[in-house]
Amino acid sequence: MPDLSINFAGIKAPNPFWLASAPPTNTGYQIMKAFDAGWGGAVWKTLGVPVVNVSSRYAAVNHKGHRMVGFNNIELITDRPLADNLREIEEVKKYFPDHAVIASLMVETRDEWHQIVKDAENAGADGLELNFGCPHGMCERGMGSAVGQEPNVLRTIVEWVMEVATKPVIVKLTPNITDVTLPAIAAKEGGANAISLINTIQSVIGVNLDSLVPYPVVDGASTNGGYCGPAVKPIALNMVKNCAQIPDYNLPISGIGGIENWRDAAEHILLGASSVQICTAVMHYGFGIIRDLKSGLEGYMEEKGFETINDMVGKALPQTKTWENLNLKYKVVASIDEDKCIGCQLCYTACDDGAHQAIGLVGDGDSRKPYIIDENCVGCNLCSLVCPVEECITMERRDDGKEHITWKERSDNDDVPTTFNDDRAGGKGHWVPQPTDALKKK
Amino acid sequence: MAEHKRPTNQEEVDANFAQLHPLMNTSEAYYESSRCLYCYDAPCVQACPSDIDIPLFIRQINNQNLKGSAKTIYESNYFGNVCGKVCPTEVLCEGACVHNHQSVKPIEIGRLQSYATTKAIKKDSKLFTPAKSNGKKVAVIGAGPAGISCACELRLHGYEVDIFEAKDQPSGLSLYGCAPYKITNQEILEEMAYLQKQFDFNIKYDSPIRTAEQLKRLESQYDAIFLGIGLGDTSSIRLKGEDMENCVGATEFIEQVKLDPLSVKVGKKVIVIGGGNTAMDAASECARLGAEQVILAYRRDKEAMRAYDFEYDLAKNVGVQGWFNLQPLEFLGTDTIEGVRFIRTMIENGNAKGIPDSEFNESCDLLILATGQNKQVDFLQKISDMKWDKKGRIEIDPESRQTSNPKYFAGGDAANGGAEVVNASAEGKAAAKGIHTFLN
Ligand SMILES: Cc1cc2nc3c(=O)[nH]c(=O)nc-3n(C[C@H](O)[C@H](O)[C@H](O)COP(=O)(O)OP(=O)(O)OC[C@H]3O[C@@H](n4cnc5c(N)ncnc54)[C@H](O)[C@@H]3O)c2cc1C
Ligand SMILES: Cc1cc2nc3c(=O)[nH]c(=O)nc-3n(C[C@H](O)[C@H](O)[C@H](O)COP(=O)(O)O)c2cc1C
Ligand code: SF4
Ligand code: SF4
Ligand code: SF4
Repeated sequence: MPDLSINFAGIKAPNPFWLASAPPTNTGYQIMKAFDAGWGGAVWKTLGVPVVNVSSRYAAVNHKGHRMVGFNNIELITDRPLADNLREIEEVKKYFPDHAVIASLMVETRDEWHQIVKDAENAGADGLELNFGCPHGMCERGMGSAVGQEPNVLRTIVEWVMEVATKPVIVKLTPNITDVTLPAIAAKEGGANAISLINTIQSVIGVNLDSLVPYPVVDGASTNGGYCGPAVKPIALNMVKNCAQIPDYNLPISGIGGIENWRDAAEHILLGASSVQICTAVMHYGFGIIRDLKSGLEGYMEEKGFETINDMVGKALPQTKTWENLNLKYKVVASIDEDKCIGCQLCYTACDDGAHQAIGLVGDGDSRKPYIIDENCVGCNLCSLVCPVEECITMERRDDGKEHITWKERSDNDDVPTTFNDDRAGGKGHWVPQPTDALKKK
Repeated sequence: MAEHKRPTNQEEVDANFAQLHPLMNTSEAYYESSRCLYCYDAPCVQACPSDIDIPLFIRQINNQNLKGSAKTIYESNYFGNVCGKVCPTEVLCEGACVHNHQSVKPIEIGRLQSYATTKAIKKDSKLFTPAKSNGKKVAVIGAGPAGISCACELRLHGYEVDIFEAKDQPSGLSLYGCAPYKITNQEILEEMAYLQKQFDFNIKYDSPIRTAEQLKRLESQYDAIFLGIGLGDTSSIRLKGEDMENCVGATEFIEQVKLDPLSVKVGKKVIVIGGGNTAMDAASECARLGAEQVILAYRRDKEAMRAYDFEYDLAKNVGVQGWFNLQPLEFLGTDTIEGVRFIRTMIENGNAKGIPDSEFNESCDLLILATGQNKQVDFLQKISDMKWDKKGRIEIDPESRQTSNPKYFAGGDAANGGAEVVNASAEGKAAAKGIHTFLN
C-alpha cells in the first residue's frame, strides 16, 4: 500500500489533502467533521482584521448539464471573533494531534502581524499561511492581493512574520499577476518556508440580463469577485509548474485551484506540489469526496510504483519544457475508428470551419462517416477533442521517431525561416481551398 | 402469433434471450456517470439492501478509477456483477434516485455497477487478500449468494471455509433461477471464479448435507456452521394430475431452461399458474422458447399480483397473456394433462371465491405451477434446537444472524423466506460478521 503521509516544510499530515482556507474551514465543527471523514489537514479560514460581509456572496458558471464548473465569491476573511477561532483551533488539535491545522492570517501593521502570529502559534497551529491573495474587498484596503502583487511589500511582511514565527510559514500567492515567480522569489527572500497557490482570480461571472446587474447581486449592485473551481485548474497548474521550475527554488509548494477529483490532485503533485488544497469541490459536494481522492490517488500510486507522495512530486516537470525545446519533427495525424463513429460530423465542421480543412465527407450515400485527408491534417487534435465518442478519433504518429530538431537548435544553427516565402516557413505549401469554394453549396 | 420462433441452436437461443441490460461501452459509462449528482446521504444507497456506496463508485467510474470503483462495490456486495444485472433496480436503487423527482431518467446504477465489476473480472484485478489463518474453521451449507458471500467475508477474517453444495455448480438460484435475459450463465460463473480465486475458499460440489449424522460430524469438525440452503422445490397445489409429465414446477422448469434450453419442450400452448415474479419469468421464458400462446392465470386481479410491474410488462412484451381472477379446479387428461378446468373468482372479505356456474375448460400442452417454493423444514428438523417460524423461515437474531442453536447462523432465502440475490448476499456477509464476533 502506498504511503500518503507527508511532511510539508515540517508540517506533518496523514495525507496531502488539505482543506483550503475558505468557508469549509470556518469553524472547528467543520474541520473536525472533515478530519473524521479522512482529510489530512486544514487551513483555517483567514483570521485577521475585523470585517463585515455582504449578502449575497457567491455566483457560478454552469456549463451544459453541469453546475459550478466555475465559482466566484465576494466574501472577505473570517467575520467570526478571533478569540473564538483560536479557542477552536486549540480544541481541534486536542482531538486530532496528528492532523495539520494551519492558521491563515491577514493583518496590516508589523505589530498586528507579530501579535497574530503569536496568537495562532499559542493556540496550537502547526503552521501559518499568509494570505496575500484575496482579490476583492481586502485588496481595496491594501491587503490580500494588493500585497501579493508587490513583491517588495510582500518580502517586507514575510520578514516581519519571520521575526517571531517558530512554526513553518507558507505564503499564499495571488494569480492576479503577470509573472507569479516574482512574488514566489520574494517570499523565499523574506524567509518563508513554503508557498501555496493559487488564490482566486479576479472575475465578473456574468450579468443578469433583466436587471443589468452582475452576479452576485447585492441590493441592485455587484462587484468583481474571486474565481475558482474546476475551470481554473489549468491556470493553477501552470503557475504551480512555473514556481516549481524556478532554478534552485527548493521551497515546498502547496497546490491549489480547481481540484475536484484524484486526477486533478495527481496533476498538481506531478507538476511540483507536495500538498494540495481544495475549496470549491468541498463547497459543492461536502467532505465525502475525500474517499474518492484517497482511493484514487492510492490506486494510481500503486499502479505507477510510487511509494510515497515525495516519489511523485514534480515527476512531470522534466517533460514540461519551453516551446522552443519541442521536437519539430514529431508528426501526428488524426485517425477515425469507423466502427465507433456515430456520424455526428462535429469533427468535420470543427476541422473545416475551425482548423485545417482536413476532414472530408463521403458523397450523399447513407454513410455520415467522415474521413481524414492525411495530407491536410496538421495533427492539431481538434477533431479528437470534439468527438463525443470515447477513443473514436485517435492521433497516430507518422514520423519514424528518428529525427529530432527543435526551434532552439535550428536558431542556433541559423536554420530558421527569415521571410514568409522562405522554403523553411511552416505553412508554406500547405494546401488550402480557394476562398470562393466557400460559396459553392453542397 | 408468437413473437419468438422456437430456437433450434444456441445462436437462436441467445437471440431470443437477448440481454436486457447489455454491458455499457466506455462512452455510455462516461456520460451516464457524469449525470450522477453525488447526493449527500444518497437515497439510492438507502434503497440498496447491500449498502453499496453508489455515488462513490459512480464518481470513480467517471474519473477513471475503475479498480477503485470495483473495490467500492465488492466491499459491500460480493455479487457485484450479478446484482448489477439481476437486481430489481426499478424498485431499489434506481427507483430511489432523486432524478425521478424531476422527471429525469434515473441513473442506470445497475448497468454502471456491472460495467465496473466486469472490467475488474476481465482484468482479473486483485482487490482482496484473505487474512492470515486464525486457526478456526467454518462450514457453509449451500453455495448460493448467501453462502458464498459469507465465505468471502470469513476469509477476510482469516477463517478456513469449506462450502458443501448439493449441486455441481456455484451461485445457487443465480445460476438455476435468474432469467437468462438478465444475465448469462457465463457471466455468473466468471464472477464466481473471480471470487474463489481471490478468497480461496473450498467448495465441495455434489455434497448435499442430508442426515443428522452428517450434521453432527460438521458440528464436531467446525467452529460454526452457516446455513445458506435457500428454499426447496415448488409447493403443491393439491390437485390431481400434478405428477403428470407435462405438469412442472416453475423453478424446476426454469432450471432446465437455464442449463439446457434446447432440450426444453414447451409445445404450442402453455398455462402458467401463479402471480409472482417466478410465474412471470417462467411465462416469459416459454414465449421466448417459441410457445405460440402463453396464458398466465392468476387467482386474483392484476393489482394483487406479487410480481413487480416491470416483470409483468416484460412478459407482456413477449406476448404473454394475463388472465386474472381464475382458480384452477381440476387438471384435465388421463396420461398427460390436456387442459385445466378453471372457475372465475371474485374477492370477498379479502379471499378469492369461486363464482357459481362460471367454470370453463382451457386446453394446454404444458402446465407450469408457479405456486411458491417449499421451505426446507424437513432438513431443519434434523438440527437440534433449531427454530423456524410459521412460514418456515429460520429464526435468527437480526443483528448477528445467529439461530436458536448458537453454533448455526443463517441468511438468504432460508431465513428471509425468499427475496432477491442482493438480500442473500448482504445477509451472508452480515452473518460472517456475526460468526466472527461469536468466535472472538
Ligand atoms: C425463478 C427465479 C428467478 C429469480 N430471479 C431473480 C432475479 O431476477 N433477481 C434477483 O435478485 N433474485 C432472483 N431470484 C431470487 C434469488 O435467486 C434468490 O433470492 C437467491 O438466490 C437466494 O440465495 P440463497 O443463497 O439464499 O439461496 P439459493 O440461491 O437457493 O442457494 C442455495 C444453495 O444451497 C444448496 N443447498 C440447499 N440445500 C442444501 C443442502 N442440504 N446441502 C448442500 N447444499 C444445499 C442449493 O443447491 C443451492 O445451491 C429468483 C429466484 C427464482 C426461483
Ligand atoms: C467563498 C470563498 C472564500 C474564500 N476565502 C478565502 C480566505 O479567506 N482566505 C484564503 O486564503 N483563500 C480564500 N479563498 C480561496 C480558496 O482558499 C482557494 O485558494 C481557491 O478557492 C481555489 O481553490 P478551489 O478551486 O479548490 O476552490 C476563498 C474561496 C472561496 C470560494
Ligand atoms: S447555503 Fe445555507 S447559508 Fe447559504 S443561502 Fe443556502 S441556506 Fe443560506
Ligand atoms: S466527431 Fe466522432 S462520432 Fe462524430 S462524425 Fe466525427 S468521428 Fe464520427
Ligand atoms: S440518488 Fe441518483 S443522482 Fe443521487 S447519488 Fe444516487 S444515483 Fe446519483
